[in-house]
Amino acid sequence: MSAAATQERSGTGTEQDSFGRLLHAEWTKFRTVRGWVIAMVVAAAVTAGVGLYAASGPQAGCQPVTPSGQPAGPPGPCHPSVPVGPGGEAVSDSFYFVHQTLRGNGSITVRVTSLTGRYSPNGGIAPGPDPAKNFVAGIQSWAKAGILITPGTRPGSPYAAMMVTGHHGVRMQDNYTQDAPGLPGAVSAASPRWLRLVRAGDTLTGYDSAGGTRWTLVGSASLAGLPAAVQAGLFAASPAWVSGEGSGPSEATAIFDHLSTPGARSAGGWRGQNVGADEQQGSLPGGFHQAGAAFTVTGSGDIAPTGPGSVLPGKPADDGLVAAFAGLIVVIVVGVMFITAEYRRGLIRATFTASPGRARVLAAKAVVIGLASFAAGLIGAAPVVPFGERLLRYHGNYVFPMSALTEVRVVAGTAALLAVAAVFALAAGAILRHGAGAITVVLALIVVTYFFSVPLAVLPAGAADWLLRVTPAAGFAIQQYVPAYPQVNNAYTPQNGYFPLAPWAGLAVVCAWAALALCLAAVLLRRRDA
Amino acid sequence: MSRALHAEWTKLRTLPGTGWLLLGVVAVTVIAGATVSASLSCTSSAGCHPDLTRLSLTGTDLGQAVVAIVAVLAAGGEYATGMIATTLSAMPRRTTMLAAKAAVVTAVTLAAGTAAVLGSVLAGWLILPGQGYTPANGYPALSLADGTVLRAAAGTVLYLVLIALLSLGVATAMRDSAVAIGSVLGLLYLFPIFAQVAGSPGVARHLQQIGPMTAGLEIQVSTGLRHPPIGPWAGLGVLAAWAAAALLAGTLVLRVRDA
Repeated sequence: MSAAATQERSGTGTEQDSFGRLLHAEWTKFRTVRGWVIAMVVAAAVTAGVGLYAASGPQAGCQPVTPSGQPAGPPGPCHPSVPVGPGGEAVSDSFYFVHQTLRGNGSITVRVTSLTGRYSPNGGIAPGPDPAKNFVAGIQSWAKAGILITPGTRPGSPYAAMMVTGHHGVRMQDNYTQDAPGLPGAVSAASPRWLRLVRAGDTLTGYDSAGGTRWTLVGSASLAGLPAAVQAGLFAASPAWVSGEGSGPSEATAIFDHLSTPGARSAGGWRGQNVGADEQQGSLPGGFHQAGAAFTVTGSGDIAPTGPGSVLPGKPADDGLVAAFAGLIVVIVVGVMFITAEYRRGLIRATFTASPGRARVLAAKAVVIGLASFAAGLIGAAPVVPFGERLLRYHGNYVFPMSALTEVRVVAGTAALLAVAAVFALAAGAILRHGAGAITVVLALIVVTYFFSVPLAVLPAGAADWLLRVTPAAGFAIQQYVPAYPQVNNAYTPQNGYFPLAPWAGLAVVCAWAALALCLAAVLLRRRDA
Repeated sequence: MSRALHAEWTKLRTLPGTGWLLLGVVAVTVIAGATVSASLSCTSSAGCHPDLTRLSLTGTDLGQAVVAIVAVLAAGGEYATGMIATTLSAMPRRTTMLAAKAAVVTAVTLAAGTAAVLGSVLAGWLILPGQGYTPANGYPALSLADGTVLRAAAGTVLYLVLIALLSLGVATAMRDSAVAIGSVLGLLYLFPIFAQVAGSPGVARHLQQIGPMTAGLEIQVSTGLRHPPIGPWAGLGVLAAWAAAALLAGTLVLRVRDA
C-alpha cells in the first residue's frame, strides 16, 4: 500500500501514466466499499442460482409415477426424436417421397399443374371409416411439392429441392435453411410450372420455367461429399395448420407430368415412401398414383428448420440465462451508486481536486465498473447454459442444439450486457446525481420495458417489437441463438425468444445508450459545480 | 401518536417531489392503461384481450413503480440528508415513528391510487367500445356496479397501498433509497420475468404464486384463465405477507441499529 502511495505521489509524466493512476484510485474506491464487492458476488450468485432453478422441475406427464402419485424413478424424455440438419440445427424432415436411385451427373425435370390441400381446423384424424371427415379444403401458405435430390432418406439428410408452394410461388430450397425465390404466383393447369434440378458433381442447380422452353436460373446449392448414387424424385409436404385459435394436421396434393431424368443412369422403378413418419403422427398417411410420366403425390409434414414457437415443444439451451436480469439489477444499483455515493458524501470534491480532468475520472469509473460487472456476469452466466441444458434434458424437455461457439457468444454477450448496463447506470447517476432517481430511470428503461414487451404479453406485436428495437432492453437479443426464418410459419414472437434485432445489433443498441449517456454526463460534469 | 402523524405528514407534504410523484402515479397509471387499451383493437377474434377489467387496469403494472419511489423516498430520503437523526431525537419511540410514516404513506397512496384506478376504469370505459369491445361482440360495458369489476378496482387500490408499505419497509431496513428502490423493483418485476422462462409449468406456477406482483395482481383478473395460479384475495394476501415481512425487518433494523 505504501509503495503504491509513494508511486502515486511521485507519479509525473505521460497521460497514460496518469490515467493508470486514476484507474488505480477508482479501483481502490470500488474494492474498499464492502457492500459493493458483496453486491457483485450476489449478482453472480443470483444469476447462476435462479438460472438453474428456472431450468429445474419436471415437465407435466414426463415423470413416471406410482399409482399413489409418488415419483417413480427419474423422468425420461417425453418428446419425439428431432432430426438435426447438416448445419447442426434442429429440423423438421417429414414428407411423402416418390423416388428412385440416380447415378452420376444428370438432371430431373417435371411439370406441375396443380397444388391443392386440406386441413383440419378441429378434431384432426377422425376414428372410423372416414379419417378425413374433419378436413376442409385449403392450402397452407408454405405447403410445398416438387423435385428433390438427397443422398438418403434418413431424416436430417442434406438435400436440394425445386418446388411450388401454397402462396409463395416457386422456390429453390436446400439444406433446410436456404431459400431462394423463383417464379411468383400460384400453380394451376392454365398456368403450370416447369421445375428442373441439374446435378454436376457436388453442385445442384435449380431452374424454373412457365412454358418448358425458356429456363431461368433460380439458385444453386453445394452438397459437400454427395455420393454418386442419390435418391431423386417427387415430393409433397404440408406443415401443420396454425392460427391464433389452434392448430391441426394438413396435407397437400400435387399433380405432376412430363417427368424425365435424362443423363443419369437410373436403377429400379419409382418407390413411394413416407420420410420421417415419426413426425407425422396425427396426420393422414399420404401416397402417390402413377400413370406413365404423370404422378399425383399427397403428403404432409415439412422440410424446414424448427425452433421454439413451432409445433414441436422444446426449450432453448440458454433459457435460464434470463436470470441475468437479477444480476443486471444489482450491477445497475452499484453502477449508479459508484458515482452518486461520492456526491452524497462530498467525496466528489476531493476526487475532482485530485484529478481535475472530470471526463477522465468518469472514464476511469466506467472502466472499473464495466470490468467488475463483466466479471460478475461471466461467473454467473457460465454455469447456467451447460448445467441448465442438462437439467432441462433430465426433466424430459427437448433442447434445441447450440454449438460450443454460440455458447461462448451467448455467455460472453450476457456478461458484456451487464457491463454495458452498469456503465449506462454510472452515466445516468452522473447526470441525475440522485441515486434512487437514476436507478428508477435505468430499471424502467431496461427491466420494465422488457416486462411490458415480453412476459406481460399485452402489447400488440408491432409495439413490443418497436420497444425491443429502441430501448436498452434490445440488448437481451444477445441471448437468441435459434434464428427466425421467413420461409417457416412459426410463432416468431418475443415470448418464444425471438428478438426483432440480430444478437450483436441488440447489444449495439445498449452500447449506443451507454455512449450517449456518457457523453452527456461528461459535458454536464464539466459545466456544473461538483 | 397524533403528533407523530402530524410531523410525518408535514415532512412528506413539504418535500418538493411528493406532489409531483403522486400526480405521476395517477398520470402514469391512466396513460399506460389507456395506451395499451387504445393499441389493442378487437377486429379478429384472435387479437381480442379476454379480460377487459385487467386490460383497463394494466397501467398499474407501471404506476406501482412510482408508488414505490414515493414510499422509498419517505423513509430513505431521511437517511440521505441526515434528517433521521433529528426525527429520532424528537420522537425517540422508533416503532411509533415508523407506524406514523406507514399511516401517512398509506393515506397518500390511498388517495392517489383511488384517483388512478377510477381514471383507468373511466379511460377503459371510454376507449374500449371504440376498439370493438362492444356488447354485440360479447363484451359488456365496463361498470363499477359489476361485482368483479368493483373487486378488481378496490383490490387494485389496496394493491398499491401494500406496494407502498412493502417499499417503506424495505427502505427502512436498507436505510438507503438507491438500494431500496433497486430491491423493490427487482422483487416486483423479476418474478414474472423468471416465470416466463421456467423449465416446467410447475416451477412457473410456483414463481407466480410467491411473487408479490404476480400474486397480488390476480385481484384484477375477472375472467379468462380456468386455472389461475392463485385466487384473487389469496394473492393479495401473499403481497400483504411480503409487506408485513418488510415492515417487520424495517422495525427490527430501526430498533437494533443506530440511525
